[in-house]
Amino acid sequence: MSSGTLYDKVWNFHQVKELPGGSTQLFVGLHLIHEVTSPQAFSALNEKNLEVKFPNLTVATVDHIVPTINQQRPFSDPLAEEMLTTLEKNCKTHGIKFHGIGSNAQGVVHVMAPELGLTQPGMTVACGDSHTSTHGAFGAIAFGIGTSQVRDVLASQSLAMKKLKVRRIWVDGSLQKGVYAKDLILHIIRLLGVKGGVGFAYEFAGPAIEKLSMEGRMTICNMAIEGGARCGYINPDETTFEYLKGKKYSPKGQEWDNAIKWWESLVSDSEAKFDDEIQLDGSSIEPTVTWGITPGQGISIKEKIPNPEELPKNEQQIAKDACKYMNLEADQPIEGTSIDVCFIGSCTNGRLSDLQEASKIVKGRKVSAGIKAFVVPGSQKVAKEAKQKGIDKIFLTAGFEWREPGCSMCLAMNPDKLEGRQISASSSNRNFKGRQGSANGRTLLMSPAMVAAAAINGKVTDVRKLLRE
Amino acid sequence: MKQEFPKGEINTIKGRSLVIKGDDIDTDRIIPARFLKCVSFSALGEQVFADDRKELKGNHPFDLKQHKGSNILVVNDNFGCGSSREHAPQALMRWGIRLIIGESFAEIFFGNCLALGIPCMTASKKEITKLQNLVNENSNQIWDFNLKELSISNQKESFKLEMEGGAYKMLCSGKWDATSQLLDAEKKIKTTVKNLPYLNNFK
Repeated sequence: MSSGTLYDKVWNFHQVKELPGGSTQLFVGLHLIHEVTSPQAFSALNEKNLEVKFPNLTVATVDHIVPTINQQRPFSDPLAEEMLTTLEKNCKTHGIKFHGIGSNAQGVVHVMAPELGLTQPGMTVACGDSHTSTHGAFGAIAFGIGTSQVRDVLASQSLAMKKLKVRRIWVDGSLQKGVYAKDLILHIIRLLGVKGGVGFAYEFAGPAIEKLSMEGRMTICNMAIEGGARCGYINPDETTFEYLKGKKYSPKGQEWDNAIKWWESLVSDSEAKFDDEIQLDGSSIEPTVTWGITPGQGISIKEKIPNPEELPKNEQQIAKDACKYMNLEADQPIEGTSIDVCFIGSCTNGRLSDLQEASKIVKGRKVSAGIKAFVVPGSQKVAKEAKQKGIDKIFLTAGFEWREPGCSMCLAMNPDKLEGRQISASSSNRNFKGRQGSANGRTLLMSPAMVAAAAINGKVTDVRKLLRE
Repeated sequence: MKQEFPKGEINTIKGRSLVIKGDDIDTDRIIPARFLKCVSFSALGEQVFADDRKELKGNHPFDLKQHKGSNILVVNDNFGCGSSREHAPQALMRWGIRLIIGESFAEIFFGNCLALGIPCMTASKKEITKLQNLVNENSNQIWDFNLKELSISNQKESFKLEMEGGAYKMLCSGKWDATSQLLDAEKKIKTTVKNLPYLNNFK
């Protein structure tokens, strides 16, 4: 059993009591809600005549269903409008802070909460969305929950939870030029499998992780869940503190000094015990692309699509399914695969540095003929800062569309969808069958810079060939 | 007809079974994201596995006439991975599923089912394959699930099932509805709050 890790320390701070079933009642320090998984939780609360116990510890925004072209209310989709109206009403009734459209702080929940300084080291963060693991980048224990648990957190600010085991993933070296956090996490999921992390929290550590910006760290932790780990985290350090300093909800003055002392005390001890440890070399990782229908089906840009017969036995069936669904041939190089749609955005890669890196590839070039390419900033703040830096112009000049913030085509609960058999290069997090809105649409996951390269060439491209000095 | 949903102690479940084959069946497949656009779960039963069913044009297990009214689902490995959406177990429950048996389950999905009173029981790959074959040989047979005895049988054959201790106790005792239990700890929650630096101005 682990001891002395950040996970253990934060867990202990939030433990309320042991429950009869053998799980722990865990206090939730920050509860984030959005329009998709909260309405049923609020109705359950009303049915049971319960109040929201700590309304000041829940924060709401709207992201999944918002259109990214015209955000004028009422939305043209009446269902989307109903979901947003329901959320607005629930927040008002229960005294919950809501960052709506036009508030300057709206955005994909896992983008907007960190940039407001709501997410801080040492917190427990819960949200009815599996990519809540994102917030672990700050040294928080952050995990996705279901709607019944959203109801429980609203009612009691706590949850019944089982303590996870802790696996440390130590990454040596540093990422090469043209290789990003996204490539690293796709590589890790490929190595450990989509269910390798079930029952574990992942601690990402080592020189290659420490060199990542907070935005890169969020990309890594965001996809911990795609490797089966319900939460992933990174010990807080100077990079974390530098990011948090001066943010709207960050502590100020004397509180800031005290906060840093507490945050530093939470870092995993040098003699901490882990349930499992894995080490890999970050310097040898190449740009990575998924070719199949699970995020674990990734290969380096230089590799060929695997032949299912040559894979380990337990991977053969899903690989066969994938080849068939994707209509990609085994033993063919992934580089050069033709693309129809290019999507840059999502809670994985919709932050300023993601857009910035992608814009460097796009600058002075044109989107290949026949390709639909669009950029969806992760939040209103990202959109504003990108505009100040002229990033929107670079994309627009190249032939990309520049949209309003939202989850967009990552999960297509809004007008942004693939059509028919279209194949997309996407900076999002899931390549499941039908994920991007068409029952037979196809998704290749990759870094935002790789998506940009694919847009320019109209096919999967090694971004390093388009990098400039 | 108004559906009855699980309540109280889950002791026995009796009924016909159906099989969904395949590892890593994610919640996007169980209920595609576009059906998440709802403020109530009531219509989800009809939309379960929507895309898979469309592709199979009436030949999906959830469409086959012989499986109508079945309440036990037998699956393979890592069932319910992906998105945390509770819409997935809700859709299965509203279609009529009351028990799921498989090689393994994704963690959030398992918890979401538990919160609805739907047991997710496990058995080895070998046993599951055998069970799936038996179910597919005769979809009319009635299966008896007994939580106390951790078994399912069709009179002739019996299978041993497993479930992790905490969840097992919650289902046996009927305390899988967590809210009331959590609310009991009001005093202790206050103590936890008092000791959290970030809720006390880092004093």
